Order: sequence, then structure tokens, then C-alpha cells
Amino acid sequence: MGATLVEAVALLAQFESRLLDIVVLSLQVSGTAVAIGALVGLPFGAWVAVARFPGRGAATVALNGMMGLPSVIVGVIVYLALSRSGPAGSLGLLFTPSAMVIAQTVLTAPLMAALARQIVEDAWRDYETEFSALHLTRAQSVATLLYDCRYSLVVAVLAGLGRAMSEVGAVMIVGGNIDGFTRVMTTTIALETSKGDLPLAIALGIVLLTVVMLLNALAHVLRGWAMRRFG
Amino acid sequence: MLAGVDLELGSEGITVVLGPNGAGKSVLLRVLAGLQAPDDGTVLWGERAAPGNAVAIVFHQPALIRASVRANVQLALLPLALPRTERGARVQRVLARVGLEHRGDDAARLLSGGEKQRLALARAWVARPRLLLLDEPTANLDPTATETVEQLVREIRTDGARIVMTTHNLAQALRLADDIVFLDRGRVVEQAPAERFFRRPQAPEAKLFLQGELPWRISFES
Repeated sequence: MGATLVEAVALLAQFESRLLDIVVLSLQVSGTAVAIGALVGLPFGAWVAVARFPGRGAATVALNGMMGLPSVIVGVIVYLALSRSGPAGSLGLLFTPSAMVIAQTVLTAPLMAALARQIVEDAWRDYETEFSALHLTRAQSVATLLYDCRYSLVVAVLAGLGRAMSEVGAVMIVGGNIDGFTRVMTTTIALETSKGDLPLAIALGIVLLTVVMLLNALAHVLRGWAMRRFG
Repeated sequence: MLAGVDLELGSEGITVVLGPNGAGKSVLLRVLAGLQAPDDGTVLWGERAAPGNAVAIVFHQPALIRASVRANVQLALLPLALPRTERGARVQRVLARVGLEHRGDDAARLLSGGEKQRLALARAWVARPRLLLLDEPTANLDPTATETVEQLVREIRTDGARIVMTTHNLAQALRLADDIVFLDRGRVVEQAPAERFFRRPQAPEAKLFLQGELPWRISFES
């Protein structure tokens, strides 16, 4: 065990190229997926918080339920869509990083939307009367609320990023875990552990944990600064 | 709750709505602002329904977004879709009128109570409303801040806006009001020019209310 840890730390210290490539690909795939998911999910969640329409309660329940979508289910759905016989088969995206981005976007967008809905709904209680008095349209209210809650929404985005970076099911199914092409941190950890080759798995685990902790620390600092700056 | 409110307001001046707690003063303002629809009856401007953007309301605890003073004032101009240069100029002019021209980039939520109320007035004023509703605008302010806000209310009236405000401060009502509307349990009990109301209130409820406030000072002409 001790020797394995030493080997893992040595891999990290040497900035071993294979390890770096895997980390960079992981950050690219998850970062892109979360960026797209946030562009879609945050405004949608904010709109659900503010809008009044028949079935809004059911939509809220469905959104909250999708927060816990199993990643393998998403993987299967995206796989079927991108496979040769699927509706998007002609795009040739299966077993590419793009397919992984699509799968992680589908996984994280509802999570960020549900969290955004809750955050914005809480703020809307404070602002609804004032915004009505200012004659803001629904769209103007949503945009203003997204701006007002921007530092709290960072938490929603980080939750999405954490989900994306730590999931293995979806990217394994649609990416194929191809060495040097679609192998990311989580799929590598799963593979190397099953092979009994632990140093790389542990090294990547340390990187993954460090990235997640750093991002959360950044969010904490950012929120504290925002409170002091804007009240 | 309001019941049996039949009110006609002229096109100029400051009307102060008085009444005990629960009389319906704030509800009346919300109905005039279009924030609450009456179960029965209508609010008319002349013969027509009120044009939406012509009415502005300031609450005694205004909701300010987590942004600068300037951005909070600009919020009121969003529905008007003005060109950016005109928007900026209007905001800067109104900030100067309320004495916040040097605080434009400061965080709105970190202002003092008096400054926040001046900001709320600026936000209402920048849209050039024809009717400005003020719901206890100085409720939480010290005397100095109150005087500043009252002076701004007079300036807004001079600018041509019709003002309807509520207050529990009778001295303030004396200082600002052109006419008084007295509400009790959701009904308009008396409406009169301010001087006549304070000298010779007609309604028993109004007399009791005024006596309750300043029993050692008020004496009514018979």
C-alpha cells in the first residue's frame, strides 16, 4: 500500500505525460459539458422559478427527479441516439470526446436547472413585488434574477462540474474508454483498478479530489467576497 | 382589505393617506399601482385605464439587487428600451438630484438606510412617472434623513408628478400634504384639504385618531 502511494505521488511529481493527457481531456470534456449545460440549464431553471403555467408543479418535480438521473441510463440513451441506426448516427460522434460532452451535458443540465430554480425562486420571493412595480417583463425579471444570484449560481455550476467529473457510466458507454482518445480520469481509475495497476488510479484519484476541493474552495472564497462587496 | 373606496384625486399635489394600522393604506397604494386587482371596481385615469409605466411606487423597504447604485436605477429604465446614451444621462441626472452622484459605482445594499431610500426614489423618479406612490417612505429613517427625503418628495412634486403617500408621522403629513385621505377599516372616512382636516376633522374616527396621536396639542375648532 505504501509503495503504491509512493509510486502514485512519483507519477504526479514527474508530470507523467499520459497522466497529464488524461487530466486535460477530463477537464476539457467536463468543462465543455458544464458550460453548455449551464447556458441551457440556468436560464431554464430561472424561468421555471418565475413563470406561472399549468403543470408547473409537475415540471418542478420532474426537474428535481432528473437531478438523480443514473449516468449509465444517460449513457445508454445517448449511445442509442448516436449509434449507426440512431437518429444522429450519421454524425459519426459515437466513441469520440464529443459524444462524451453530449452525455455529460444531458446529465448536468437538469441538475443545474433544478438548483437554479430553487436559488432563483428564493430570490423571487424578495423581488417579485418590486419587479412588478418596475413593470419588468418576465424575460427582464429572469435576466435580472440570474445576475442578482450570480454568485449563488456558481454553486449550481460547481455541482454540475462535480457530477460531470466524477461520473463514469455515461462516458464509458459513449466514449469507449479508448486509450489516448476518450480515456478520462474516472474511466482510467475504473480500468486501472480492475487491472490491479493502482499507482495511476491513485494518482488520478488525488488529482480528481484536488480539482474538486480547489473548485469548492474557490466558490467559498468567491461567495464571501461577493457578500462583502455587494451585501 | 378595502371596501367601499370611492376616491377621486386631482392631477396635482401631494395626497397623504392616513389611518390606523390595518386600515388598508398600503393595500390602496398597491391597487393604485396595479399590483393588486380589486375584486370590484376600477382605477381610471380620466375615462381610461391607467397606463402602466406612468405609475411608480416606492416601498418603505425597497428591494435592491446585488449590484451598483447606478445599475439599480437603470433597472427602472429597462421597460422603456431607451438608447444607452440617454439611459446613462438620465441615470446620472437623477442620481445628482438625490445626492448620490458620487456613489454610482458603490454597492447598493451597503448604503445607509437614508441613502437606500434616496436610491429608491431615484429609481422611481428616473422613469418620469405621472403618479408616484410612496408607502411610508421615511418609516425607518432618522430625522435628518427624513428631512432629506421630504425635500426630494417636494422636488418630485415640483417636477410635475402627482404624489400619493402613506405615513404614520402626523408632523410629516402636516408638512407635506396638500390634501388628506383618511381610511378606517378599509373605508374612506374623510377626504379634505390638509389644513381643514387637521383643524376641523369631520369624521369621529378621524378626530379620535388625531387625538390619540397628539392629545395635548390638538384642539379642534368648533
